[in-house]
Amino acid sequence: MTTTGTTQEEFTLDTASELAAEEGGSKIEGKSPWVLAARRLRRNYVALIFLGIFILVVVVCLAAPLYASHVSHVKPNDQNAGGFITENGQKIPIISKGTSKFNPNGTVELTPGGIPIGPQWGASGGEYFFGADLIGRDVGTRLLYGGRNSLEVGLTAAAITTIVSILLALIAAYFGGASDWVISRFFDLIWAFPVILLGIALGTSLNIDGFHHFGINIAAGSLWIPTLIIAFVFIPYIGRPLRGQVLALRNREFVEAATAQGAGSLRIMLTELLPNIASSVLVLFTLIVANAILTEVALSFLGAGVQSPNPSWGTMIADGQDVLASDPWLSLLPGIMITITVISLNVFGDGLRDALDPRAKVRIEH
Amino acid sequence: MAERLLEVNDLNVRFATEDGIVRAVDGISFELERGKVIGIVGESGSGKSVTAMTLMGLTRGVNARFEGEVLYKGTDLLQISDADMQKFRGNELGMIFQDPMTSLNPVYRIGEQIVEAIRAHEHVDKRTARARTVELLRQVGIPNPESRVDNFPHEFSGGMRQRAMIAMALSCNPSILIADEPTTALDVTIQAQIVDLINRLKDDFDSAVIFITHDLGVIAEIADEIIVMYAGRVVERGSKRDIFYDPQMPYTWGLLGSIPRLDRPRVERLHTIEGAPPSLINAPEGCKFRPRCPHAFEKCREEPRLDNRVGTPGHLDRCWLDVEFKRATRDKTISGGSVEAA
Amino acid sequence: MVTFLIRRTFGMIIVLLVVSFVTYLIFFKIPGGDVAGRIAGKQATPGNIADIRQKLGLNHNLIVQWWDMMKQLLSGQLISYYDGTNVVQQIKEGMPATFSLCIGAGIIWLGFGILVGTISAVTAGGFSDRSITALALIGISLPVAWLGLLFRYFLAGEGGGVSWFPDGGYVPLTANPWQWFYHLLLPWFTLAILFIGFYGRVLRSNILDTINEDFVRTAKAKGLSGRQIMVRHTLRASLIPIVTLFGLDFAAVLGGGAIITETVYSIQGVGYYAAQSIHTQDLPPLMGVTLYGAAFIVVFSTLVDVAYAYLDPRIRLT
Repeated sequence: MTTTGTTQEEFTLDTASELAAEEGGSKIEGKSPWVLAARRLRRNYVALIFLGIFILVVVVCLAAPLYASHVSHVKPNDQNAGGFITENGQKIPIISKGTSKFNPNGTVELTPGGIPIGPQWGASGGEYFFGADLIGRDVGTRLLYGGRNSLEVGLTAAAITTIVSILLALIAAYFGGASDWVISRFFDLIWAFPVILLGIALGTSLNIDGFHHFGINIAAGSLWIPTLIIAFVFIPYIGRPLRGQVLALRNREFVEAATAQGAGSLRIMLTELLPNIASSVLVLFTLIVANAILTEVALSFLGAGVQSPNPSWGTMIADGQDVLASDPWLSLLPGIMITITVISLNVFGDGLRDALDPRAKVRIEH
Repeated sequence: MAERLLEVNDLNVRFATEDGIVRAVDGISFELERGKVIGIVGESGSGKSVTAMTLMGLTRGVNARFEGEVLYKGTDLLQISDADMQKFRGNELGMIFQDPMTSLNPVYRIGEQIVEAIRAHEHVDKRTARARTVELLRQVGIPNPESRVDNFPHEFSGGMRQRAMIAMALSCNPSILIADEPTTALDVTIQAQIVDLINRLKDDFDSAVIFITHDLGVIAEIADEIIVMYAGRVVERGSKRDIFYDPQMPYTWGLLGSIPRLDRPRVERLHTIEGAPPSLINAPEGCKFRPRCPHAFEKCREEPRLDNRVGTPGHLDRCWLDVEFKRATRDKTISGGSVEAA
Repeated sequence: MVTFLIRRTFGMIIVLLVVSFVTYLIFFKIPGGDVAGRIAGKQATPGNIADIRQKLGLNHNLIVQWWDMMKQLLSGQLISYYDGTNVVQQIKEGMPATFSLCIGAGIIWLGFGILVGTISAVTAGGFSDRSITALALIGISLPVAWLGLLFRYFLAGEGGGVSWFPDGGYVPLTANPWQWFYHLLLPWFTLAILFIGFYGRVLRSNILDTINEDFVRTAKAKGLSGRQIMVRHTLRASLIPIVTLFGLDFAAVLGGGAIITETVYSIQGVGYYAAQSIHTQDLPPLMGVTLYGAAFIVVFSTLVDVAYAYLDPRIRLT
């Protein structure tokens, strides 16, 4: 076949599609945004490592009963203020006794007592591995049980607030009018209180005697109290941004199209609006879990969250305040656990956000 | 022969991205003399905007690699430092962009932004700069410039904003004005006004213009030379007459055919070019337009060079098709209706 | 502007009334049991209790009770259950300490937050950016209580480390300016670190977004220098949301939200007062402080809106 075509018969009737099929990889391929996001996340080793750390912390805390029965042999609230432990054949009091020494010249040297024993790091078997607290309880056991409580409160509160906020945001933004007004005022009302003050207000008044209204009965020491308080307090922090997003989406053409096809309100909210706010929800959720845990710690530290004798990382920090100089471990250890947990959540949350909404993070490839 | 201002020699621009290396501009060359208007035409993704921004040095960054030369009055703009490039921007090369609403800073007044442009390059006091600004606004046709100079961008209409942008771009008397799709975001009637304005100002300021657009109709009046780009490459180049009356590339026919025209019989549908532009990462072999070209044949698997096949001096194209065949078949394409292979 | 302020003032008053009603509900209706019984204490006779119920107006309906309590508060007569002191008076006494703590911390966190965020954004991807990001992440993950205790332990001679700083306590400015400053340094940084981390990240994110805006591209095309572009265009736009954030955060801490920092360092401000009241389950002070805090937030919300309209001419005050 000559290469300079002059007659009509030499022109093949290749259509665009046949040629494209031959070309193979020369088209621009589209991939779903979720696939792209998952791929980006997979490549982000740092984020995945920290997710792993967080999961590790959760697993370890869930294994608290195992630690209690096999390692420390006590329960989290078992007190042992007057007891002794054996180490290298010697008996050491768990809470130190004060000593007084009379010097030859008539002065007296006093060492104060009441100092709990510090971390033994295994010197006495598994007992008091991390030391004891002011009334002889095993810190290690309480650390894990407390962790369980703190994580439970944090995660549950975050879940509740996310679900409630999504509902409220969808209803407010979709239906508009009166429902929007009421829900927005509701957000404004919660927003008007400083977070921590509202938390302690609710925490204190609910911990006096529990909540016994409207047929719901929650006892005063229940973990539900801090959980629900934290969930309540964070509602506008998720609700408002989501409402804004749904408002923006609501007027887009695809919603109009769905309505024109006869889709009902519920269906539109579930199938059109919800998937489009999903990535925001995911990112906000990780942020809220981190903040919920920190808030629980703050409230419990102040005495308005998890109540004694239930352990929580927050109450443990408070317990250790007074003996900071002599036994810093009491406050140090729960703080380390909290920081590790929250950092992991934040790093993973960052990675998640980058995966879902990258901003030209390119590799240099030459 | 007017002073040669710009000489672009085989400019290549590549970007490293998550998905691979994008060859955004794959070898473009042209020259620009004072007073001349070049129109660069192509679809989105053809490389026309990247070319323009590269001239201004706006594509410089960690992930960009350049080859070739961009000689402005003898200086290769690709080689100079960022600090030196800054002296050329606004001063020798002025640029206006597609969307004047987002291209102007919403929190500063129009006058303030133009004064800022002037004082970036010239040592004048604020009062002089402001007086010049008012005059510039008058020149671009903004009524009551003395009071409107203190308006914010959102207080101007779309057409007026674009006029203000033009005033700002010309404020330091640059030799070249680069207009990147200046009319795309505007109403059709305003489009004509802006094009006229640019034409007039070109003479008033004695500058050359590079006018970038996807719409051949817009530059029919103003362009002296037209460059058609596709997939990062120049696929056809010639004078205005050449392109409009003797276009050689089936792609160009497609562009011409998609212009609605009042002087031809009304057709059922405007001509569309089937398919989509190719990936700039995995480019197809041979002629880049082949997958969409209704007249493609065997030889098209081999990449055509940009050559003068048609005989008219300065008219280059990248198409293997026989010139006579082209002249015979293209009217069908351009005058509308869907395309059938002959 | 004037109509806006008048309308907003009405709005604020209404919001505060609703807030106070809700606060009243929280403190007087949510807890089960007998309010009067609680106040009367364990040795009370039924007569005492009835007496107190009469005095507190607990026999009347909800709204009247609330209104009575409001009158007491506004006339400065709100009395604590626990020790009979005047709540309003106590709050006033705590204000100088809280203000000193919060204003100092606020200046620090705003200044450092902006500095850190800008450096991070400008060197994006580089070593400074990554270090700053890591530090910021740690900063926002630290429990404030723990951070305070760490500082006290290591820097204030509480045990481990050096004794460079005093260990808490507040010295009034009027008594001894240097000591006032010296005692506040650690608390200032304790309170500020969380915010520095957060603001730094937010600003970094804003700047990186703004850099891609069209008007920044135009600024570059005009031939402005890197610094001119950054300061006059990029930062100017990126800082606007920071102003909003700061307004509200500052209001929250001024209003008693620095409760943990005050507790850890024994700074007897408004927050400290609230913290003490938690342990004694003393409700009037908590109620007083809660309203005090809400008032700050409500007022600052309006201030922030005004500032925003000033910064962005596209916004009309309605």
